[in-house]
Amino acid sequence: MSKRIGADAVATKGWWSAHRWLLLRRFSQLSILALFLLGPLAGIWLVKGNLNFSYTLDILPLTDPYVALQSLAAGHVPEMLGSLGVLIVLLFYFLVGGRVYCSWVCPVNMVTDAAGWLRDRLGIKGSVHLSRQTRYWILGMTVGGSALSGVVLWELINPVSMLHRGLIFGLGTAWTVVLAVFLFDLFVMSRGWCGRLCPVGAFYGLLGRWSPLRVRAGQRQACNDCMDCFEVCPEPQVIRPALKGEDKGVGPVILAPDCTNCGRCIDVCAKDVFAFGLRGNNPASTLPGQRQGAGE
Amino acid sequence: MESNSNKKTLARRQFIFDSARMACGVGMLGLGLGLYAKQSKALPALALRPPGALPEDDFLGACIRCGLCVRDCPYNTLSLARPEEPVATGTPFFTARNIPCEMCDDIPCIKACPTRALDHGLTDINRAKMGIAVLIDHETCLNFLGLRCDVCYRVCPVIDKAITLDMVPNQRTGRHAMFLPTVHSEHCTGCGKCEKSCVLEEAAIRVLPPKLAKGELGSHYRVGWEEQKKAGGSLIDESKMLDLPDRLPEGAVVPGHYDPASGMTATARGVPGSEAGAIPSAPPGLGGKP
Repeated sequence: MSKRIGADAVATKGWWSAHRWLLLRRFSQLSILALFLLGPLAGIWLVKGNLNFSYTLDILPLTDPYVALQSLAAGHVPEMLGSLGVLIVLLFYFLVGGRVYCSWVCPVNMVTDAAGWLRDRLGIKGSVHLSRQTRYWILGMTVGGSALSGVVLWELINPVSMLHRGLIFGLGTAWTVVLAVFLFDLFVMSRGWCGRLCPVGAFYGLLGRWSPLRVRAGQRQACNDCMDCFEVCPEPQVIRPALKGEDKGVGPVILAPDCTNCGRCIDVCAKDVFAFGLRGNNPASTLPGQRQGAGE
Repeated sequence: MESNSNKKTLARRQFIFDSARMACGVGMLGLGLGLYAKQSKALPALALRPPGALPEDDFLGACIRCGLCVRDCPYNTLSLARPEEPVATGTPFFTARNIPCEMCDDIPCIKACPTRALDHGLTDINRAKMGIAVLIDHETCLNFLGLRCDVCYRVCPVIDKAITLDMVPNQRTGRHAMFLPTVHSEHCTGCGKCEKSCVLEEAAIRVLPPKLAKGELGSHYRVGWEEQKKAGGSLIDESKMLDLPDRLPEGAVVPGHYDPASGMTATARGVPGSEAGAIPSAPPGLGGKP
């Protein structure tokens, strides 16, 4: 491959516009982490806890519904505050898209994105094949296993909470697990962790199954088949139906729950095919003059 | 037509094989995790859970590893287990010898817990059961050596209930008393202040999980004097009780002992006219003239 992904977009839109959502995402990930770190590092306790449960300004409880689900399977109902936190988080991700958690909040995303970026720069080809359905099987196993063992099963080894908790409460040897995820994504399996294995992402994917906020290939007739969006997307299988579905009468909204709403496709497209939009705005055809339903 | 149904069969076979592959692969991962979960329930004896913690089996299912109890502990007693520590990763614990529980009246760690891993019904910290102190080494405890260390007794927040000093004769010197620190499990909260403050290099008193610290009487056991107290009197007709003669070893004389065979009482030592001599091979404390 001669040119880098998104080079066209940088040339036409400028560097900042071609990295807009990426930068916003990094800003979101880092500032959430900073809010958590402000307490232990600077003594400013805006937020207590970690991603499993946090309490902001002694007002806002947020509970990871996947951890709560495993705990529930093990036979334990949270206290009032914990339950309230579950409801708030469920509602939020139900609206904005479950895997927004993955791309805008999860600290491991920066690790696996770094692995993906390095993999691309080093030109590492070849990857062990594993179905993208694997994570759903693991999700089922962890919930069933929690019920059988009476232990919040995935929390025993969850790299997401190990990293996040480690940064806030003391890392210990958790860095080895994070390094393992990085090297796994780099050498063993392209987009292996977030795209195939992680049951946290699988859970949030199911949660955002019907979320109204989605990426739309609204200008898909402008697509020049440069393939940059497919190259940059962590879940490339979600793009095709929306981008190439004109002939089959498929609407332009990316409906697949695996889409993380990361917005990288919006960034790297020189033709501005993609934009954030609403699920309902999904006419079968986006060709001018053939519009059905609500247009833009 | 035939090729179509053939294709269907092939697709079905493929689907079944794919599912089997997933089920087996993920099943193996699950098996490994399950065994790991079983291991993680074995909490090391010196790792103590916060007050009100459910029994370990339930605790690992109820605790969501958020660390709110750690944050609200004013004495930095609690910490979340790191992966290399022998406690389930991310769960709160403390080691009494490092920082014991200060037994706050308002129990902020329980209040902070968003789950029921810490029992919100526990409002009196004196009823906490984080563990039970055990005076584990009678050979090095200074009070057992006949000295008056008493530190564990002095620092106990439930002094004179959870730890008492029980006076017994010092048989080494024959003329002093020993004050043995004695733990009463009914009142001990397992805060660990005794273990923390034990002056020895290695603490002679340690807080252990109740399961390790306590014996248990058979369920059919009844302690006579307690039954008597409950009934308000003897449970048997004492007038019909037979008093069988007690016998001493040949030639032994215990001062003041009534010998039903001869109907005589041995004269107490030191009493004028006493002929009681040295008792042959008598246990210490009984024998020898002063």
